[in-house]
Amino acid sequence: MQLFPCPFCGPRDETEFHYGGDAGNARPDGVDVPVGRWADYLYLRTNPKGTAREIWVHMNCGEFFVMERDTVTHTVLSSTALGGENAA
Amino acid sequence: MTRIYSALSLFKEGLAGQTGWQPAWRSPEPKPSYGAIVIGGGGHGLATAYYLARNHNISRVAVLEKGWIGGGNTGRNTTVVRSNYYYPESVELYGLAHRLYEGLSRDLNYNVMLSQRGMVNLCHSTAEMEVGARTVNAMQINGIDAELFSPEDVRRVAPIYNFSADARFPVFGGIWQGRAGTARHDAVAWGYARAASRLGVDIIQNCEITDFIIEGGRCRGVQTTRGAIRADRIGMAVAGHSSVLAAKAGFRLPINSYALQACVSEPVKPILDTVVLSPGTGVYVSQSDKGEIVIGGGLDRIPSYAQRGNLPTLETVIAGLLEMFPIFGQLKLMRQWAGIVDVVPDSSPIIGESPLPGLFLNCGWGTGGFKAIPAGGTLLAQLLATGKHNDISRPFDLDRFASGRLIDEAAGSGIAH
Amino acid sequence: MTASRLATGGSAIDRSRPIRFSFDGATVHGFAGDTIASALLAGDVAVVGRSFKYHRPRGIWGAGVEEPNALVDIGGSVPATPNTRATTEAARDGLVAKSVNATPTALADRNAFRDRFSRFIPAAFYYKTFMWPDWHMFEPRIRAMAGLGKVDTDWTSQGTADQINHHCDVLVVGAGPAGLAAARLASGAGLSVTLVDDQQRPGGSLGHRAGEIDGKPVADWIEETVAELAAAGHLVLSSTTAFGIYDHNLVGLNQRHRDGRPDTLWRVRPRQIVLATGAIERPLPFANNDLPGIMSADAALAYLRRHAVLVGRRIVIATNNDSAYEVAEALATAGAEVTLVDLRRDDTPAGPANVRLIAGRSLAAAQGRLRVQAVTLDDGTRLDADCVLVSGGWSPTIHLFGQARGKLAWSEARAAFLPGDPVDGIAVAGAAAGAVTLSEVFAGAGKAVASRGQTTTAVPRSTGPEATGGILAAWPMPGSRGRVWIDYQNDVTVKDVELAARENFVSVEHLKRYTTLGMATDQGKTSNLPGLALMAGITGRPVPEVGTTTYRPPFTPVPLESFAGARAGELMAPVRRLPLESVHRASGAVFQEYGGWLRPAHYGGNADAQRSIADEARRARRSVALFDGSTLGKIEVIGPKAAEFVDFIYYNTMSTLKPGRCRYGFMLSENGVVFDDGVLVRLDEHRFVVSCSSSHVAAVHARLEEWRQDRFGRGAVYIHNATAEMATLTVSGPNARKLLETLDLGLSLDDADLPHMAVSHGSHAGDEVRIARVSFTGDRSYEISIRADRAEPLWARLRHAGQAFDAVVIGLEALMILRAEKGFIVIGKDTDGTTLPQDLGVEGPRAKRQGEFVGRRSLFTEEASRGDRMQLVGLTVPQGEAPLPTGAHGVRRSDGRLRSQGFVTSSYQSPALGRPVALGLIERGAARHGETIDIQHLGKVSKATIAAPCAFDPAGNRLHA
Repeated sequence: MQLFPCPFCGPRDETEFHYGGDAGNARPDGVDVPVGRWADYLYLRTNPKGTAREIWVHMNCGEFFVMERDTVTHTVLSSTALGGENAA
Repeated sequence: MTRIYSALSLFKEGLAGQTGWQPAWRSPEPKPSYGAIVIGGGGHGLATAYYLARNHNISRVAVLEKGWIGGGNTGRNTTVVRSNYYYPESVELYGLAHRLYEGLSRDLNYNVMLSQRGMVNLCHSTAEMEVGARTVNAMQINGIDAELFSPEDVRRVAPIYNFSADARFPVFGGIWQGRAGTARHDAVAWGYARAASRLGVDIIQNCEITDFIIEGGRCRGVQTTRGAIRADRIGMAVAGHSSVLAAKAGFRLPINSYALQACVSEPVKPILDTVVLSPGTGVYVSQSDKGEIVIGGGLDRIPSYAQRGNLPTLETVIAGLLEMFPIFGQLKLMRQWAGIVDVVPDSSPIIGESPLPGLFLNCGWGTGGFKAIPAGGTLLAQLLATGKHNDISRPFDLDRFASGRLIDEAAGSGIAH
Repeated sequence: MTASRLATGGSAIDRSRPIRFSFDGATVHGFAGDTIASALLAGDVAVVGRSFKYHRPRGIWGAGVEEPNALVDIGGSVPATPNTRATTEAARDGLVAKSVNATPTALADRNAFRDRFSRFIPAAFYYKTFMWPDWHMFEPRIRAMAGLGKVDTDWTSQGTADQINHHCDVLVVGAGPAGLAAARLASGAGLSVTLVDDQQRPGGSLGHRAGEIDGKPVADWIEETVAELAAAGHLVLSSTTAFGIYDHNLVGLNQRHRDGRPDTLWRVRPRQIVLATGAIERPLPFANNDLPGIMSADAALAYLRRHAVLVGRRIVIATNNDSAYEVAEALATAGAEVTLVDLRRDDTPAGPANVRLIAGRSLAAAQGRLRVQAVTLDDGTRLDADCVLVSGGWSPTIHLFGQARGKLAWSEARAAFLPGDPVDGIAVAGAAAGAVTLSEVFAGAGKAVASRGQTTTAVPRSTGPEATGGILAAWPMPGSRGRVWIDYQNDVTVKDVELAARENFVSVEHLKRYTTLGMATDQGKTSNLPGLALMAGITGRPVPEVGTTTYRPPFTPVPLESFAGARAGELMAPVRRLPLESVHRASGAVFQEYGGWLRPAHYGGNADAQRSIADEARRARRSVALFDGSTLGKIEVIGPKAAEFVDFIYYNTMSTLKPGRCRYGFMLSENGVVFDDGVLVRLDEHRFVVSCSSSHVAAVHARLEEWRQDRFGRGAVYIHNATAEMATLTVSGPNARKLLETLDLGLSLDDADLPHMAVSHGSHAGDEVRIARVSFTGDRSYEISIRADRAEPLWARLRHAGQAFDAVVIGLEALMILRAEKGFIVIGKDTDGTTLPQDLGVEGPRAKRQGEFVGRRSLFTEEASRGDRMQLVGLTVPQGEAPLPTGAHGVRRSDGRLRSQGFVTSSYQSPALGRPVALGLIERGAARHGETIDIQHLGKVSKATIAAPCAFDPAGNRLHA
């Protein structure tokens, strides 16, 4: 059982969290986005072995945040609320 | 020296103290170059090498394995072999694998113990029965054996299931594939290794890829912990590590890696004859020929490369198992482990040339790679030998993600995405 | 008699409480405090089981968790449990024990003949044969031999297994000298301590090894230490095994109870783990070293001191290390004739006076059939013996350390793997860390705790005789004569390991898998190291280069029940329930589960379900129907950018919706697939209500949140899921308005004020009600939403008022017929995971919309533009035929083979039309209306004609009737 630090609620059991994908996978808007670029956004993943930067949601409070962790040792390196108003 | 495996040779060797057996496969030093390199000494990689030699007469082949052969998902799965798929593309692929499995022991002269005791996918509601009918009809239309089971049929093959009136997941029926079953997973790897080695393939263990040799925009070989090894055609079949090697080759894949757990109980006398899967619990279970109850369930929901079991998923899976088979409550968990599976958005494999010319992919089998080993090997071997797709592998090319023509079995069963 | 109970002694047993149980049908006598094994030994039962493959007789090997041999199925006065270790299971009155893998008894197993064929069935023989004609010919007979214990098919659970989450500063695993000392020191440092031990009584090796600590006999010191810990409020658990260390140092404990309760699962999250797990004695290699009567030397001492059982009269003890000397002396003192054979020529301790010491010799072979009768030394000397004790050295119990990714370090001096580089949060102490003497043990315990704070407690001092740690490694050797066992349970011998090496299975994992070494229920606790040391010897590599197999949980087998705990039935997979469930039940509703909700399928009981459903559907069209639609999603989207937000979320343009109006639309996934459909209500400029499908509420809510946080932010949009707060009661049918007018809900029901697809507010008994004119039946319909806790009186009034209109209460099945008559779809039933909005005939937004929305780009891929996409259609059957089976496929022949061209998604007999109606997804279906196709179901082919989806009132007149 891993403990993940929600930036809002503190350390909680892994079962309360849901993985949301690579951090920084910005959505390209518009119908003119090249099909390959759109497919990259939809499907391609960094999937690193080692340090990963990921979006997670703490399902209990509903907040999305960025977590850095090691996908081999499962050490959590950091967790940060999303930018904008949530950064406070 | 005894080369052929048979009852007679066992008997003769018995009289001679079993001392005349040869190594099942040779462990030569790597050569500086080969006609083709297969990265990954699991089932798919070894099968690829075997079929390269057997089907295409290319025997200057090296299989490069970073650890010991069969040590990845080939040796960590729940050994189920089946082809009960919905879409014609899947049926072609897994059907090929299933047929090859049926002749594999004799083909390889190695008993992989394909045990076709059947598999039932349960249906727990009227709605699931309707999808079950849709699936059975699709399978029958596509030439795969399938039956729509009534509750009585399910009771016949799995009498110890929880048929009580208050069962959380009552049985409305099921999808039955009689040709499905299990095979001895290690034997598949070893059988292919032995057969490939005898056809001249070099199996190099403890040989990890550190980089790709890229010249003129093409993949020309690999740097390894045992030196540079060159070849113009390189296949990779490294389930659980595909993204890692892709990164070394300079591209990304539509893959996330997750741990898939499995566990076994202590061995008990035969009590469950078939493979049973419940969509309600997500648990599938069978009993091995050693008597262990072999239990599999859903993925750990956290991307990971740690090949180890976890408690929360285990608890959920076992709770599901006991919901299905309450009398298993008297059993004890003996061993728990995990494999790393490459999960693709449409849960279908990727077979085809990679963005780096000369490097060919066999990856993304998710939780279902074991059952496909003979087909994965056959198709990657053809790609390496000819540079061209077999009709069966073409739909599984990486280009389907751009075209949008995904092959999503879950979508076929009505699960909205 | 050879093994026997002594007249006095036995620290664990209570002679005033005799007990009686049975083993293989024979009565066994014992005392409270006995294990099954100690009582069997006291009764001189030598053969307690049979090995897995060769059915060799097996006797008790050890006195603890490492036991490879003594497995029994237990039942009778205790819950049935197969494969129970006799060495750790308490003997209890009325218990019935049965040997495993033996028919009818362990002593007279009729499969014992298999051993005679062993030369033909070496390790992995099955891979080399049974291929012709087919494995299927052989498997049934092989399979019949599988397994050890038997499952009791009449077994029922004795209750819910407890699961306990627990936090502490320090978790000490093992209450031997190291563990007790560590716990005491941690307590002295002011830390909260939890001490767990797998034995029934704390003390570990101190329970049977002699010594003096702080000037006191060890028994007194143990008692004092435990009392001190308890008094300080620390948790001390006995009969509790730490079976696994998981991510972030979560430790799983298996606690066993004596009263028949299922085992408790503890999930402990300590700040610091101290592993004081001791060490396990290894066997020695010699021919027939598996005979009953050959035991661990340390176990014999444990049985003597704890249970007053003397394991033999003429005992040969073979050793390669100092630890057996104390055993020899104690057994001789207890009255046995003891010969100690130490393979070391030099540096042996002085032999005890009452023991015959033969130094520089090892055992070559044991003789006997069902139990050992004699041994032969390597010089040919034959010694008669009724019991042979062996000590091949000690393997530190480092399994948990290994599970926690601890690296191991080989110690040539100790002939063992010891814990290597430290792991964060884990310290190893005592014999598990390679300590031998109590002084070393206590020093290690002090260090293990030191990092956690200043202790005020002094490190204990050993003041008695000290053990010594001399050892000369004695591994199985290649080329050994005779059959030398390594894995007792799975029948792996030296020859099997040699065979594996010969065939290139030299990796330790290959060795394990090829020979099954270490894969038995004991998971190789006594066999792994000898096996891999032998492989090292064969291949000329040092032991550490061969390495160990991966340590995996559980350390000892753990009952499945305790993992499940309370997760059974609805606690395992909860169902969602309607606020009015009891009211519906009282009305004769038959409930079924739909998308996670328990809902009335129909009313009128189970007797004639189909007729009830048809009757409900028919009467709904005739006058008026009442329906509980409370499961419908009600997610509120509020804020200054709410309109912009719903435009992005929906396929359809929603910002043009006027306040007070509703619009039907799709939500897509980013891959363009229709994810959900439903009505969006605009309450005012900045407030919308998303009515999503019942089964999608949680998923839709999650998606809305994700997009809000990704693109809009909290100040712009706020999302609130009000689904469970409100009940929704639907009134539908030609007389729906007339019925509602009798209720006087304080709003105008005039069509000018409340037209189709409009929303208005009224009140009922002081509570606000929201009334939406939205129809899923095709008839004039009103969806009335009200606070869930106030819904019951409104429902009662609707029903009462409905009597005048012959109103019918309908369940979901009838509703499904009504909507199918209209060609209204259910997402996930009439669509699959590939269905795009244009496949459902909704092309407009794709063609015309300018703004961005979820899934937009995916509607223009190659796949989305294909001409042969499956499209929603209606399907009709020739007059007089039964409804099409749902799940049947449309088929055609092309290239000489049968192909699917789509399938039936919904199919019912329509009471209103007097004929079947069906919906389907058929290739190019929208352009093929009127075409008749073949439909195949379970091999049978029938005909159907493609039609428009809507079969009833296509003009939609009834909405306004």
